[in-house]
Amino acid sequence: MRFLFEPGFFSSAPVGTAFVIGGVTAVVSAIVGVLTVVRGQSFAGHALTDVATTGGSGSFLLGISPLVGFIGAGVVGAGAMELAGVQRRRGRDVATGVVLGAATGLSALFLYLDTTRSATTGVTQQILFGSIFTVDPSTIPVVIVLSVVTLALIGWMYRPLLLSSLSSELASARGVGVRRVSLLFMLTLAISVGLSSIAIGSVLSTALLIGPAATSLRLTRNLRKAFVFACVFGVLATWLGILFAYDSYYWDPSSQGLPVSFFIVAIIFLGYLVSGLTIVRRFVGPRVPTRGRAETPRRARPSNVGEVV
Amino acid sequence: MFTGFMVNAWLVATIVALVAGVVGFFVVLRGSAFQAHAIPNGAFAGAAGANLIGVNPLIGLGVFSLAAALGIGRLSRRGRSDVVTALALMMMLALGAAFISQSTQYEPEIFSLLFGEILGVSSSQVLPVVVLGAVCVLAVAFLYRRLLMTSIAPEIAAARGFRPERVEMAFLVVLACSTTMTVPVVGAMLIFSLMIGPPAAARCFSNRPEIALLVSVVIALVTVWASLACSYTTNWPVGFYVGVFSAAWFGLGRTYGYLRRVRRVN
Repeated sequence: MRFLFEPGFFSSAPVGTAFVIGGVTAVVSAIVGVLTVVRGQSFAGHALTDVATTGGSGSFLLGISPLVGFIGAGVVGAGAMELAGVQRRRGRDVATGVVLGAATGLSALFLYLDTTRSATTGVTQQILFGSIFTVDPSTIPVVIVLSVVTLALIGWMYRPLLLSSLSSELASARGVGVRRVSLLFMLTLAISVGLSSIAIGSVLSTALLIGPAATSLRLTRNLRKAFVFACVFGVLATWLGILFAYDSYYWDPSSQGLPVSFFIVAIIFLGYLVSGLTIVRRFVGPRVPTRGRAETPRRARPSNVGEVV
Repeated sequence: MFTGFMVNAWLVATIVALVAGVVGFFVVLRGSAFQAHAIPNGAFAGAAGANLIGVNPLIGLGVFSLAAALGIGRLSRRGRSDVVTALALMMMLALGAAFISQSTQYEPEIFSLLFGEILGVSSSQVLPVVVLGAVCVLAVAFLYRRLLMTSIAPEIAAARGFRPERVEMAFLVVLACSTTMTVPVVGAMLIFSLMIGPPAAARCFSNRPEIALLVSVVIALVTVWASLACSYTTNWPVGFYVGVFSAAWFGLGRTYGYLRRVRRVN
């Protein structure tokens, strides 16, 4: 025990808050993340964290609550991405990129004005990286309420959302309003991402959204199992990361310890890499090991194609 | 406005716009917006690391952006490229956070790496930008047909014997090269806006690739020049103007495309 948990780990209040906030956001991110990865919207999921932080830096300027800034900017950005984007994936990426570019431009202005007016150092770093250890315990109820709202929204539109993610033609044939479902999902994504970026910082927000979901989707084709596995992996990675970050202050007395985001992201990244190994896939993965290869030949052989042409 | 330190700024901005217009055209065409965002943003961790161990930040930027390009290209063969890009970017940012936590005086430099310091370009920084910019444009010229074929007509590209994953890898390396050159002077966010907005607008104005490429470069140049002038007069950051003008060009392009479609139908 002494090796694993350095003194004061269980009695520390910031650690307790970090465990609760980290666990809740990890679960919500994992569930929204599985749908995000299935829909191929990882870029939007990441871009919204930057858009949300624009709102965060703007809220310092306007003097409104950062939470309103984060989530408000995220929702506006999500709407803009959805309206500017065309249905094809490439068009959607470009629209996401344009909104992201405009938002970061605004961010540059807000941060410039923030630093010139109030001369608070550390604002940039705080907004960009956040720290799960500096979360104010009073935000716990807000985080939990918004998490429940997010999950309720997902639950409410689950079947039409899934159908339109897998085949938009089939969904519209069944009478699903694909555009409407897509817009609603983007708004849900914005709330979830805004919430996690204010709670745990924008780096962790994307990592917890995409990492556990992508890992679990590599290991199973069963969507229900994927949800469960993503939640478990996300929460485990978060808690282990918090533990390591806490311990790292004791590893070398002269150093300052390493940030918690580094450990959590490293665990998630390693998990993703390991899940792609052939050996792991053979034992845990879906029965048909590689889906992509049969559909798209990795290498076109000129001789074969030449016969056809 | 055209004297003293501004001379370097105008020079560097012009080169950056040329490169962003050319490289960005293919970023938009190939749908690599996420990679174009991830490589410059992640590379800034390299500069933080270089700062920590006391070497030239340009080396750190170069190493990290190249590693990002090769890593994303390699991992994308086994996984989905948007997922791989997201995770690679997060890993680099987390490393950056770790580097920053170990050094004490980094705050203003984060700001300048993300948002650029184009008004403070020194004469010694101009030469690397010119050289790397020329390398990028030459590389795109050399790869031109391959890039175009593999993005527009994958079947024909396959018939020609172009290997899509190799072309993709080469393109990511070009992206990394243009990143290394631009991040220290204009910042990671500005270069991204410039690589997406103007080329996306240019594609709405013309369907012919050569003309669209030219329009993309022209729009990028106009955007950068206008932004510099506005920033000089108002004292607000250049990145703000570039971001907003780029988005405005995209809106203009989409409106033009819409009007043209409507007229054709009637």
